[in-house]
Order: sequence, then C-alpha cells, then structure tokens
Amino acid sequence: MTAPLTELADVIRSKNAGPYEITIDIIFTAQDQYDLVKRQRAINRDMVAELYRMPVDDVSEPIFYDPARAVKINLRRPLVSGNVGERDVYGAQQHGPLLTVRLPTP
Amino acid sequence: MIAAGRRLGIPVVIGSAGGAGAAPHLTWLRDIVDEIATERALRLRVAVIPADIDHDTVLRALQAGRISAVPRGPELTAEDVRASVHLVAQMGTAPLVAALRNGADVVLAGRAYDPAVFAALPLLHGFDEGLALHMSKILECAAIAALPGSGSDCMLGTLRRDHFVLEPLDPARRCTPTSVAAHTLYEKSDPSRLPGPGGYLDLSGCVFTPEDDGRSVRVSGSRHVAQPFAVKLEGARLRGYRTVSVAGARDPVFIREIGSIVQGVRDRVADNFPDIPADSYELLVRVYGADGCMGALEPAPQAAGHEVGIVIEAVADSQDLADTLCGFARSTMLHFGYPGRLSTAGNLAFPYSPSDFHAGAVYEWSVYHLMENDDPLALFPISYLDYPEQPGYADRRARTGDLS
Repeated sequence: MTAPLTELADVIRSKNAGPYEITIDIIFTAQDQYDLVKRQRAINRDMVAELYRMPVDDVSEPIFYDPARAVKINLRRPLVSGNVGERDVYGAQQHGPLLTVRLPTP
Repeated sequence: MIAAGRRLGIPVVIGSAGGAGAAPHLTWLRDIVDEIATERALRLRVAVIPADIDHDTVLRALQAGRISAVPRGPELTAEDVRASVHLVAQMGTAPLVAALRNGADVVLAGRAYDPAVFAALPLLHGFDEGLALHMSKILECAAIAALPGSGSDCMLGTLRRDHFVLEPLDPARRCTPTSVAAHTLYEKSDPSRLPGPGGYLDLSGCVFTPEDDGRSVRVSGSRHVAQPFAVKLEGARLRGYRTVSVAGARDPVFIREIGSIVQGVRDRVADNFPDIPADSYELLVRVYGADGCMGALEPAPQAAGHEVGIVIEAVADSQDLADTLCGFARSTMLHFGYPGRLSTAGNLAFPYSPSDFHAGAVYEWSVYHLMENDDPLALFPISYLDYPEQPGYADRRARTGDLS
C-alpha cells in the first residue's frame, strides 16, 4: 500500500539554511508512519536528487529527528541566495516536487 | 518598548540593528533611541555595540589561515574581502552580557547571533547556557513554534535551573511537544547540532513535555558544548544596478511559444548592443506560470495556464545602462513576431505606466565565513550613552557616532 505524502505529513516545507543551502523538513502525522519511513529509508538522497533534477552529491543524507517525527534533507542551492538570477531569496517555495511523492504505509 | 522597559526596570536588548547590523543600520537605530530618550526625558543608559570589522583584520586572518568556509560555501579570497562594501562579525552573548553588567538599560547591537539578544539577561544571572540559548532560539522566532504558528506575536519563556517552559501569549495559540520540537528544525541544516558563536547547541537529548494547561510545553536536556571561539563574518559586494519591468500575457499562442520568444528577445538585445560586452550585464526574463519560482529545479517547466506573468530584469554597471537594456528588451518582447501570431498589436499587458522600475543598487554575498578569534569581546567595542544629556555628552555621542 502507498499513500500520497501530502496525506501523511503535517508539514512539508523548504527554507534557506544559510545562503548556500536549502533545507527541507517533512513532519509526519503518525508515529508508525515516521518509523516506517525511517526504517525503510523511504525518503533518501537518490529519490530527492531525482525529484529536484540535481546531482546526488548536491543532496545531503537525510537526517531523522525523532522528537518531531521529522526528516530533514539539505540541498545545495543552485545559486547563492540573492545572487543575480535568484528566484526564491528565502527558499520558501522549493518544496513543490515533494507534493507529488507517494510513500509506503504501515 | 523602551519607555516601558525603563519604567519596569527591564533591560531592552536590540539586534541585529536594522536586520543586517552594519554601521549605517546601527546609527539609524541609535538615532531612533536618541529621539525617544530626548523626547520623553528618560533617564537611560544606552550601550552601543558595533559589529563592523575592518578589511585589514579580515585579510590578516585570511593570510594566517584563520578563516574557513561553511558547508557548501566557497573558500574566501582576498578579492572577496576587498570587494566588500560592509563587513560585519556576528557577536555572541559575551558583549551583550558585558553591557548589561555595566548597567545598560538599552543595548543596541550590530550584527548579533539572533538567540544572543534573548539569552544575554539569563546568562548575566548565571542560568545554564544550553537552556538559555535553546529557549532564546525559539523566542526569537516569535510564535512560529506554536499552533497555529505566527511571526507576528510573541511567546513567553520561563527559564528555570534545569528546564524552560514556553507559552504563547495569544490565547488562540498553543504549544505542543511536536510544534516545539519541530521548531528546532527551522532554518537549520541539522536539528541536533546548532552551531553558534563559541560552541554549538546539542539538542539530541531534549525532552519535550506538555504542561497541565494543555498549551505550554516544558523543555529539558538542551546542552551547550563550548568550542574554540569563532565568529561568523558576513560581507556584501555591490554587483550593479537593477531595472525591472512587469507584464502579463493572455494569448495562448504566445504562451505556447514563450520559450523561443524569450530566447529571441535575448538574442536581439545582444545584437543591438554589440559594444557592451555580454559578460558585463545580466538580462533575465522570468515566466511565472511556467518555472518562475524554481527555474532549473522545476519538474514541470511548461506554462500550462491561460495566462502567464513575466518579469524582465536587467542588472548592469549603471542604472542608466540597466534602464536601457530593460527598456529595449521590454519593447522587443512587446512587438516580437512568432509563428501563428494573431495579436499583432502587442504581446504584453502592462499593469503600470511607466512600465519599468528602478530596483536600485544590487548587492550579493561576498563573505559568509568563519573566523577564529581568541577573545569574544575584542571585536565588539562597547560604548555608553547616558541620558539625560550631561555636559560633555556631545563629545561622547560623537565618539559613538563615528560608526562608519
């Protein structure tokens, strides 16, 4: 069984973490769903790199943070924040590709 | 806030002045406080702590190998330092605590670690650094750690010896263990290890417990781990001057052809200004409704709606040149011919007349690096202004006035 990530998470967001990185947070609603994703590494570098059409080296290993049922993924910014050509100075609207993801459910 | 703080005996600590925290921003902030203190005849001791760092100090540190890059950031070069219009170092809690210890009622800080502004008072009174900084990191984000989150009203933090409690001040909000735990993720690359001046916060052992009132949360287990002192340096370089033009398009054939039209406009600009080297300016056309927000990262870059928004932007060495390039690109796009065109009177809907705007000087990051520094106070000289004005005040004010 799989379900859309949008139905499994309370929060799916992106934001700058300094001018060189964008950090993505996914906070799951249910503990058993979070545990499954963490156990199976259902969210991983390869998958995120493909979603964002980025080299895998530009995606950091996901960090699982149990107290918040959260997984964090850091991306190299295609452009240093605010450089000429910028599209999202604060990186707050870079979460879109994740909204199409489906994940295995418990 | 300053008058109320004075009345109640609560110190007011403000930083980073004006957001960026360089000399002009601190002067601006000091002038506001000066006006309030004078107008209301307040008896006030104001500490002013600039965070500017001179180019030579940074260049010497660079030469001595005492400057390092941050993850995914570039190595620093001497050219980056020299090109910086302003350079600041991010102060930690030490200068703020020192100012409070010397009796400041108001502390005006240049660039400061955001949590330091809140943590200074509890640290003055000997509270645990890990708990004080963690609580401050949450308080500096207003009510974002509450449900529903908000950046526009505040939270109350109550710090005790071995824990702190957070309570939103707006009765419509509440904190939950998850909402508070989730905040440790916010704008940070690692939720368990948050680096700051002089060490890092280790939040891997934090426990978040609901209080009996159902809207407050108790946090314990936050630890501060001291490391050799380093400050973050920040600098900006002037990149040029920007002019923008905003338009919409509602024609389906135009929208279908938009990719080749944009390329055609860019080519026409390059053809028309052969004397201007192509690498001396930037001409950008953003198409909202296609890949406006994400650019190369956009998985669905084709415009699919019935209209698109277009932002044309030129950045050049002078505002005049940016105006010329943006204006030429805008008029070229307005009248550009494309296959299947029906609407031969013009391709763009402009909401404004005139259609182009000066966005002024454009700055980019030149420095965002760590500098080893043995003394957390040395880079941040504190001066004091005592109100009401005393004889000799003008001299002292002039001394603190010389911030730039």
